[in-house]
Formats: sequence, C-alpha cells, structure tokens
Amino acid sequence: MSLWNKHAIFEKNSIVLVLGIIVVVAIGGLVEIAPLFYLRSTIERVEGVRPYTPLELAGRAIYVREGCYNCHSQMIRPLRDEVERYGHYSLAAESMYDKPFQWGSKRTGPDLARVGGKYSDEWHVAHLSNPRSIVPQSIMPGYPFLATAEVRPETVAGHLPTNRVGGVPYSADQIAKALEDMRTQVNPESPNVQAFQARYPGATVRNFSGGTSAAAGTVSEMDALVAYLQVLGTMVDFKTYDARANIR
Amino acid sequence: MADHKPEIDVATGRSTTGHEWDGIKELNSPLPKWWVYLFYATIVWSIGYWVVYPAWPMIASHTRGVIGYSSRMDVAADLDALRARRTQRGAALATAPLADIQRDTNLLTLALAQGKAAFGDNCAPCHGLSATGSRGYPNLRDDAWLWGGKLEDIHQTIRHGIRNADDQSRQGPMPPFGGAAGMLKPAEIVQVANFVRTLSGQAPRAGIDVAKGKELFAANCTACHGDEGRGNRDLGAPNLTGQVWLYGSDEKTIIETITNGRGGVMPGWAGRLDETTVKALAIYVHALGGGQ
Amino acid sequence: MTPASAQKSLTFTEIGSALAFAATALLCIVVAAGSVDSGYTFHVTLGAIASIAAVIAIFNRYMARPASIPQEIDGKPNYNMEPVKFAVVAAVFWGIAGFTVGLVIASQLAWPVLNLDLPWTNFGRLRPLHTSAVIFAFGGNVLLATSFYVVQKTSRARLAGVIAPWFVILGYNFFILIAGTGYLLGITQGKEYAEPEWYADLFLTIVWVTYLLVFLATLWKRKEPHIFVANWFYLAFIVTIAVLHLGNNAAIPVSIYSPKSYIVWSGVQDAMFQWWYGHNAVGFFLTAGFLAIMYYFVPKRAERPIYSYRLSIVHFWALIFLYIWAGPHHLHYTALPDWAQTLGMTFSIMLWMPSWGGMINGLMTLSGAWDKLRTDPVLRLMVVSLAFYGMSTFEGPLMSIKAVNSLSHYTDWTIGHVHSGALGWVAYVSFGAIYCLVPWLWKKKELYSLRLVDWHFWVSTIGIVFYISAMWVAGIMQGLMWRAYTALGFLEYSFIETVDAMHPYYVIRALGGALFVVGSLIMAYNLIMTVRQGEAAEAEPMPALVPAE
Ligand code: HEC
Ligand code: HEC
Ligand code: HEC
Ligand code: HEM
Ligand code: HEM
Ligand SMILES: [Ca+2]
Ligand SMILES: [Ca+2]
Ligand SMILES: [Cu+2]
Repeated sequence: MSLWNKHAIFEKNSIVLVLGIIVVVAIGGLVEIAPLFYLRSTIERVEGVRPYTPLELAGRAIYVREGCYNCHSQMIRPLRDEVERYGHYSLAAESMYDKPFQWGSKRTGPDLARVGGKYSDEWHVAHLSNPRSIVPQSIMPGYPFLATAEVRPETVAGHLPTNRVGGVPYSADQIAKALEDMRTQVNPESPNVQAFQARYPGATVRNFSGGTSAAAGTVSEMDALVAYLQVLGTMVDFKTYDARANIR
Repeated sequence: MADHKPEIDVATGRSTTGHEWDGIKELNSPLPKWWVYLFYATIVWSIGYWVVYPAWPMIASHTRGVIGYSSRMDVAADLDALRARRTQRGAALATAPLADIQRDTNLLTLALAQGKAAFGDNCAPCHGLSATGSRGYPNLRDDAWLWGGKLEDIHQTIRHGIRNADDQSRQGPMPPFGGAAGMLKPAEIVQVANFVRTLSGQAPRAGIDVAKGKELFAANCTACHGDEGRGNRDLGAPNLTGQVWLYGSDEKTIIETITNGRGGVMPGWAGRLDETTVKALAIYVHALGGGQ
Repeated sequence: MTPASAQKSLTFTEIGSALAFAATALLCIVVAAGSVDSGYTFHVTLGAIASIAAVIAIFNRYMARPASIPQEIDGKPNYNMEPVKFAVVAAVFWGIAGFTVGLVIASQLAWPVLNLDLPWTNFGRLRPLHTSAVIFAFGGNVLLATSFYVVQKTSRARLAGVIAPWFVILGYNFFILIAGTGYLLGITQGKEYAEPEWYADLFLTIVWVTYLLVFLATLWKRKEPHIFVANWFYLAFIVTIAVLHLGNNAAIPVSIYSPKSYIVWSGVQDAMFQWWYGHNAVGFFLTAGFLAIMYYFVPKRAERPIYSYRLSIVHFWALIFLYIWAGPHHLHYTALPDWAQTLGMTFSIMLWMPSWGGMINGLMTLSGAWDKLRTDPVLRLMVVSLAFYGMSTFEGPLMSIKAVNSLSHYTDWTIGHVHSGALGWVAYVSFGAIYCLVPWLWKKKELYSLRLVDWHFWVSTIGIVFYISAMWVAGIMQGLMWRAYTALGFLEYSFIETVDAMHPYYVIRALGGALFVVGSLIMAYNLIMTVRQGEAAEAEPMPALVPAE
C-alpha cells in the first residue's frame, strides 16, 4: 500500500495535479511534432512546387468553404491500387504551401490530389453545377451558385501577405499585383499575361468557367474553383522525379 | 466526513480506501492480473516493433529499424511485381502494333481487361460507365465517329485528346456564327438550322425559308461539314445527316450550336497514363461495338 | 445568514466584467462597420448584442442579489446549480439538433437531391455542423453541466465565482452559435473538429481559461482532503483541450475585418498538428471527460463503491500519457514520415489496456448490484455505454495497425468506429447522466417514467445496431472493392461503382439514425414531463439560492 499512498500528493494538491498532467501530456506531442520541423527528410526536395496564384488561392478558399474535404481526400497513399487509380503517391512537398492542409480523412468521392488536367474545364463546370447530369451515379451535391457568385475584389487583399507571414514565399511584386493577377489569369486577351506567367511559372491562363466574367473584368467563384482543381497535382513533373532519392 | 477508516465491503469482501465523496467510496482492489499482463504484452510488442521498423526521431535522422523498411520502397516493389506479372502474361502488349494485338487472342484478352480497368476511372466520368456518352460527350458504342473509328484514329484521339493544350491534339472548333460581329443574322441562323434538320429527315418549322437556309449552309458550312452535310473526320465536323447527335437535333439546340459555336474538349492521356494503357484503351474502345 | 443591513456594493469583478463587455461591444461595432463579409458582419453584430446584454445582465443581477452570497446555509454548502440546469437544457436541445442534422446528412448521402443545390444546405457545410453540434454542443454542455455539478458535490463547496460560471456556460453556448451559423454561411477554417474561424477560436480560449479557473478555484475550496477521481479526469480534459486548441488553431487572420485566416502551419506539419489535436479531442473530450462522468454517475446510481482505486490511478496516468502519442494513426501511409506512423501505431496498441481500465472500473463497480440492471434502465444505459466504450477502444487499436488501416482508412469503417464510440459510448453515458441529473436538479423524486427510458433505450439501441453494422459492412466492402484486382492483374472496380454499391447501406444507416433521433425525442418528452409533473422530492435540504430578505 505504501507506494499507492504517494499518489496522495496529486490528490491533495490541485496545482501539483495540473502540473503533472501538463508534463505527462506534453511529452508525446513534443517528440512527434518538433522533429518534423527540423528533420530534413520530412519534406522531399523536388522541383516545381510553387505558391498558388491569387486565383488558385481564391479557389482553394472556396474549396475549404464548401467543405469538399469532407468527401474528398488529397493524399494518394503509397499503396499499389491507389497509385494505379490516382497516380504517383503524394509527396509532402506538394502540400508544403497548403494552409490548412486538405489531405482529408474520408473518400466519399475520389481522391483529388492529381485531378488537375484530368478533365476539361467544361466538364468541371457542368459537374460542379449538376453532378448527376454528367455522372448519373454520383452522390455529390450540386454547386450551381458558384457560377453566378463573384470573387469580390475587396476580399482578395491580404491573403498573400498573410500566407507570407506563415512562410509561403510570395514576393513583394506578387503581393502588389495580386488583384491584377487574379483577373489576368481568367483572361488570355489581357496584356498582363506575360508578366503574370513570369511571376507564376507554369500557371495557365484560361477562361476557366467559360463564362463572361473575363470579358467583364470580373472573376466568378466557378473560375477560381476550377482553376484550383486544375492545378492540383500538376506542379511536380513525375517524368523527371527521382523517387529513389526520396526514400526515407 | 473526511478520511474514514477503511472498511470491508460486504458484497465483494474487499476493503475500501477510507475516502468518501458525496457518498461514493472506493474499493482498494488490486489491479486485475490479466489486465497488467496484457498491458505489459503490448509494451513488449511495441518495443520489438521499434527495433524492426523506423520509429524514433533523433537529432539528424531517425532510427531506421533492422529490416530497413520504407513504405515508399514497399510500394515500388509491389508495383514492380505487378508489372512483372503483366509482362510475363503479355510482354508484347507494350511493343506490338495495335493490329497485331487485336489478332492475338491472349494479348487481346489482356488489352481488353486493362482497357476496361482504365476506362472506368478515367473515361467513364465523361463518356459514362457503359460508354454511351451524354450531351457533348460522344457515345463510343455507336459507329458514328467524329474523328474516325479505326484503331489508329482512336489511338491518336486518346493519346493526344481533342482541342486541348497538347499541340498534337485534334484541333479546330466550330466557330460561332451569331453575336454582334457574327457572320449570320439571327433570322438567317433560324433558316440554316431548319435546313440542317431536313438533312436528317426532320421536318422544318412551318413558314421558314428552308431554301434560303440551304444557300447559307452551302456558303458557310460545307467547308467543314461537307457538301452533303456528311461531315469531315479530319476536322471533327460531325455528320449532320444521321440520327446521332452530339448536342441535340431539336431546333433550339441547333440554333444554339450555330450561334455560339462548339468545341468539345478532351484531355490527352499520353502524359497521365502509360503507353501500354493508352494502347489497351484504344483496343477496348474499338471493341465496344462501334469500331471500324 | 447575511444580515439584511449589510452594505451592498458592486464588486471588482462586476465592474471589471461590465467594462470588458462594454469594450467588446464597442470593438464589435467598429469591426461590423468595416467587415468585408456579410456572414462576419452578422457574427460581430451578434457579438455586440450579446456583450450589451451581458452588461445589462450584470447590473440586473447586482440589483437582485443580496449583499453577499453565502457559501453555506445551515452548515450545508449553498450549491450553485442554476448554470448546471442551463447546460443540461442546452445539452438536450443541441443533442436533438445535432442528431437531426446527422440524420439529414445521412439521408443526403443516400438521396443526394436533399442537398437542394443551395450553399447553406449542402453536405459539405452540414457535416461539420453535425460533428460540432454533437461533440461540442451536446457533448460539451454535458461535460460543463456534469463537471460543475460533480466538482461542487465532491468538494462540498459552492462553485467559485459569481459571474464566471455563467460566463463559462453562456459564453460556451454563444461560441457554439457562432461556430454553427458560421459553417452554414461558409465561414470555416477547414480543419476537422476545429472548423471555427480565428475570432471564434479566440473567444473560446477566453471561455476555456475561465472554465479552468472556476473549476480549480472550486477545488481549492473543497472540504474533502482528496480530490475525487472524476475531477482528475475533468482536469486532464480541461487542461489538455486548452493546449490542443491553441496548438492546432494557431492562425493569422487576413485582417480584423475578415473572417478568413490562414493556419500558421502548413502541409505535413499542419497535418500532424491537426491529428495530434483531432485524436486527442477524442482522447480528452470524448474519453477523459466522459470517463469523469462515469466515475461519478455509475457508482452513484448503482450505490456501490468504485471497483478499484489503484486501477483508477494507473489507468488515469497511462491513458493521458499514451493518448497524446496516437495521433499519427490518422495519417498512416500518408506523406507523414514512416517513423511517426510507427509511433502512432505502437502507442495506439499500448493504449488498449489503459482504455479498458476505465471500462473495468465502471463495470466491476456493479459487482453486487447487477440485478439493478433489470429494474433500472438508466443504469442499463450507462452499463451499455461502457460496453460500447470497450468495443470502440478495442476496435481503435485494431484500426491503428497499419495493415488494417490501409483497408479501413478513408472508408465508412471509420464512420462505423466513430459512431460506436459516439452513439454507444458518448451519447449513452450522457443520457444516463442527464436522466440522473434532471430529477436531482429540479428536486423531483424520480423521473416521470422509467418505462419511457426503457423505450428510449431499446429504440436507440436498435438504431445504433443498424448504423454501425451497416457501416462496418459498407466500409469493409468499400476498402476491398478499392483494392480488388482481377485475375489478370487489373483494378476490378471503378470508383463510381463503389459509390453505387454503398447506397443500400446508406439507407440502412439513415434508418438507424432516424431511430436514434426518435429515442432522443422520447427522452426530451420524459424530461419535460419530469420537470413539469414530477412529484417533488421530500425536502432534501438543498437550500434556495437567495434567502428571503
Ligand atoms: C457528398 C460528398 C461530396 C461532396 C461534398 C463533394 N463531392 Fe466531389 N465527388 C463526390 C463523388 C461521390 C464523386 C464521384 C462521382 C462523380 O464524379 O460525381 C465526386 C467527384 C468529384 C470530382 C471528379 C473526380 C474524379 O477524379 O473523377 C471532382 C473534381 C469533385 N468531385 C470536386 C468536388 C469539389 C470541388 C467539391 C466541393 C465544392 C466537391 N467535389 C464536393 C462526392 C462529393
Ligand atoms: C473531360 C472529358 C473527357 C474525358 C475524361 C475523356 N473524354 Fe473522350 N471525348 C470527350 C469529348 C468532349 C469528346 C468529343 C470531342 C469533340 O467534340 O470532338 C471525346 C471524344 C472521344 C473519342 C472520339 C470519338 C469520336 O467520335 O471520334 C474517343 C475515342 C474518346 N473520346 C475516348 C476516350 C477515352 C478512351 C477516354 C479515357 C482515357 C476519354 N475519352 C476520356 C471528353 C472526354
Ligand atoms: C470550321 C469548321 C466548321 C464550320 C465552318 C461549321 N461547323 Fe458545324 N461543327 C464543326 C465541328 C468541329 C463540330 C463538332 C464540335 C464538337 O465536337 O464539339 C460541329 C458541330 C456542328 C453541329 C452539332 C452536331 C451535333 O451532333 O450536335 C451542328 C448542328 C453544326 N455543326 C452545324 C453547322 C452549321 C449549320 C454550320 C454553318 C452555319 C456549321 N456547322 C459550320 C465544324 C464546323
Ligand atoms: C442520429 C444520430 C446520428 C446520425 C444519423 C449521424 C450521421 C452521421 C453521418 C451521415 C456522418 C458523415 C459520414 C460520412 O461522411 O460518410 C457523420 C459523421 C460524424 N458523426 Fe455522426 N451521426 C449521429 C450521431 C452522432 C453523435 C451522437 C456523435 C458524437 C457524439 C457523432 C459524431 C460524428 C463524427 C465525429 C463524425 C465525423 C466522422 C469522421 O470524420 O470520420 N455523430 N455522422
Ligand atoms: C484506444 C482508443 C482508440 C484508438 C486507438 C482509436 C483509433 C482510431 C483510428 C485508427 C481511427 C481511424 C483513423 C483513420 O484511418 O482515418 C479512428 C478514428 C476515429 N475515432 Fe477512434 N480510436 C479509439 C477510441 C475512440 C473513441 C472512444 C472514440 C469516441 C467517440 C473515437 C472516435 C473516433 C473518431 C471521431 C474518429 C474519426 C476521425 C476522423 O475524422 O477521421 N475513437 N480512431
Ligand atoms: Ca473525418
Ligand atoms: Ca479553428
Ligand atoms: Cu485517433
């Protein structure tokens, strides 16, 4: 009984009890989380991953807002069937600018980590507006309201600098031109296309939603969301990626 | 009411601790033996697991475990094994020309199986699980082809897609004829549209000058759709004389087509799927029933 | 007794709180004026209204209260049960609301037209509403109510603070309101179980710290030398949730006029933070907190001593130590490095026995009283909840094994596991506690009808069985279909075929959910009738709050 009596220290002093709890629960978190910030093997070294363009970032905010992550994962696991179905397994580097990460925990719908380029813009617009018109067995909700909602210019400011504070390497130029860049990306006719693509190498400029917003100088939520979906998984070129170098 | 003397609980014969809160007492029962041993067992098992597998973070790296396990190496091995199995069954699938594959029953069976598997996740979202298509997305089971139904044509279509950024993709949309700067006035569009309906044996709307429509068609449309409206597979211009319609044969849809133009887009698959899979898909699609 | 002549004056806390609320109201008005988002404007307006209401309430209360509130009356603690009552009512309300939303989203998965194609009714927005409503609104209010009840009773001391307990209860429910309406309006951080945006997170932090202080200060006033075991668990729950909340929600708002923020962590580190939080929301909110409930209500209802003091010590410390490590089992086979996954897996296995320690201590407390299960459906609810707890904490370690998780992850098996824990354990032990509390708090001899409790028990038990068995079958089938290969070595099913195959199970699940909702409505009716028509308990001396002047 003697050892058991020692426990009275905790039972008789709430502060000791609280301190005991804090110490005990701190250990696991520290050991598992802290190394992820300093172990170099945590994030692979790969070419190509760039911060999102303002349009893609706006699209991502809509993805988060509509809660797509409740049904879609963005994390292809290194398992045979997943690699065959969805493509190369996801790398940590591919989500290193994702705030928050959207790996998901449920696949009611398919994984979207590499959906970029898999379908046409028109398909996405039709599918998002009415999924069952195009995939009869689908149980995905329709989002027809995205086509008519504008990404309001006053809500664009501040996103890039906030991301930069959190470590995403946006340049001063990218921050200054954010609104212009967002409009440019949906308008291939724009004189700013070249400057935009110099700021975001590899980014595509298209009228993503096929709507009239590009001509009107505005951007619809559909434009933004489709632009985001079309960039998913496309930044790393797996033809030149050396998987063996990043075995960890 | 504070600390009491421990007492014996009648029902269990165990002693209490002597504490009491709001009438609740505690027995001073020992830890159940099986519980302690199972707990130890899980700890021992875990230690064993740490020895074998990567587990503990260190300063510059982490413990790797004695078998050098890595989930990434594992999947690479799994995929290699899978590919080896497939190669063993039909190495020629990767190298043989399409026509040869079609003639060899063994290879054909494999190709069809592989094609079907790839179709469900990559093509079905547009063309449907049974490949019968939907508005704007062609039926691949009929023998009406926009870009050609021969094996080679289909292979080319799948590899590079249609009207996408790939410079080898099939190109050229149907231009819009309507709008402010359009080549045709709204009334003229109605006339052409009604004429187009007659090509497939449908009745024009009463009171429409179909003859004028025919003139306009000859002047504007035959370049692509051909003199008799039978289409042109080099341009992807559909045959307008048959029963198969990509977008629809009602007057409203045809007017919409002429006014705004059309240009369905299909991604190219050469970059996303490996060559063998693309070949298998061509053979699978060709075999669906519409192959020429 | 307070002499009637005592000088009444505003306390320091009253003045301070009133000033703080006035300042908050002002801040809210300024922000509302500059807000760039209509949903945000709505929220800060609500904030302003609530703050002004709080100022008024503080002064009203001052006017009504005696010069000082006695800690004891006739040598008995003058318990403060009004905030507890509020939280009990809120728990029942939010429970029914959350279960109903669960039924709605279950139906949406079976019949997608129910999404209605509107922003605020689609599955993606309603699902977090469901999870937050059941865990934080229903579960949270149960935890608040029981912890404030238990800490007073087992310390024989009045709840510390005058305004603070009310601030905790009302503030927490205000947070729920902001969180829930936020999801519907599209305001979310997109992190599971931590969806509320930065301003709601900040406000919750203040509420939570106050909660900890009220709880601790009540313990300081205790008349018992030892701290009761339930209170260890409550403390671990309160302290750890605070730490997790701060770590996982670290975010920078785009501007004070915008509801949107970006998490400071990104990618793989954010994922680890998320599931360190997410798993321990399970471990400390849904487990430690509810074990605390078990440790008071089971022995109390069974009128038996707790089975083993020693077991409670060992399993308490082992549980809280080991739980923290298990988070990576939510990230098996992801881009999280393998070593972290190994730790997550092994610690989950080691967690098995410490988890069962709670079940053993609960179940064995009934030794000598098993016959009560036949006559007391309330006790039966609690015992069955312990069985479900045992089941889900066996299933959990099983699913943490990487080989198993490679199949179960992303599937409905997880959903089945969640709901065997959530419905079977969390909801059932809550129902048990609520059925005990309502007669005690409203000073009734007993519940209006034990037969109705019996009905509630059976209807919802059948509901749970439908729900979780459908999800097990669906989940395992889904996992097997995803990885199925044909004899020739190619994937056998396309994704959409697997979606199609889920339909019958989604229908059965919705049916099970409907039964669970019906059960909770039966409970609500029974409780309302208890309060309205129940026979008053014979003057158990629980003194009135305010002695007549
Ligand atoms: C109720 C669950 C659900 C929600 C919420 C949901 N989806 Fe889906 N999604 C599905 C299902 C099921 C499919 C597969 C059937 C289909 O293609 O429609 C799918 C398919 C997709 C696809 C095609 C993926 C592929 O590779 O075939 C995309 C892209 C997509 N969803 C995007 C989204 C976006 C963006 C959102 C949020 C705005 C969203 N989904 C919300 C269930 C959902
Ligand atoms: C984003 C939607 C989309 C996807 C995915 C897609 N297609 Fe297509 N496909 C189309 C469209 C649109 C057309 C017709 C283009 C046009 O209008 O000319 C087409 C045309 C074709 C044609 C030519 C039909 C003809 O009549 O000449 C073939 C063959 C074909 N697809 C096969 C496939 C195969 C095989 C896959 C999968 C590897 C696939 N498609 C995936 C949209 C898609
Ligand atoms: C530059 C070439 C070109 C010209 C000129 C052209 N078309 Fe087309 N037309 C096409 C192509 C290519 C398509 C198929 C588009 C697709 O696959 O999305 C098409 C499709 C159509 C369709 C839709 C068929 C269906 O199955 O739904 C109709 C109707 C049509 N054209 C009528 C006309 C008429 C009438 C004119 C003249 C006023 C005309 N076209 C001029 C190239 C042309
Ligand atoms: C009427 C009762 C209930 C029904 C019908 C119901 C239904 C659902 C549905 C349909 C989902 C979404 C599953 C999916 O995305 O595939 C869900 C998720 C969830 N529910 Fe419930 N639910 C009920 C009660 C509860 C209760 C009482 C709790 C907790 C105390 C709870 C906690 C959760 C959690 C945590 C999730 C998220 C699971 C995950 O992401 O893995 N539910 N519920
Ligand atoms: C020893 C105890 C437990 C262990 C080791 C454990 C383990 C697990 C595992 C492995 C998963 C699946 C993760 C994934 O594949 O995505 C999971 C999910 C979950 N479990 Fe448990 N579990 C335990 C107890 C419980 C209990 C008692 C509850 C109470 C309700 C619970 C609630 C949940 C929830 C809500 C999820 C879903 C998380 C998500 O959104 O993905 N678990 N658990
Ligand atoms: Ca989840
Ligand atoms: Ca949050
Ligand atoms: Cu967990």
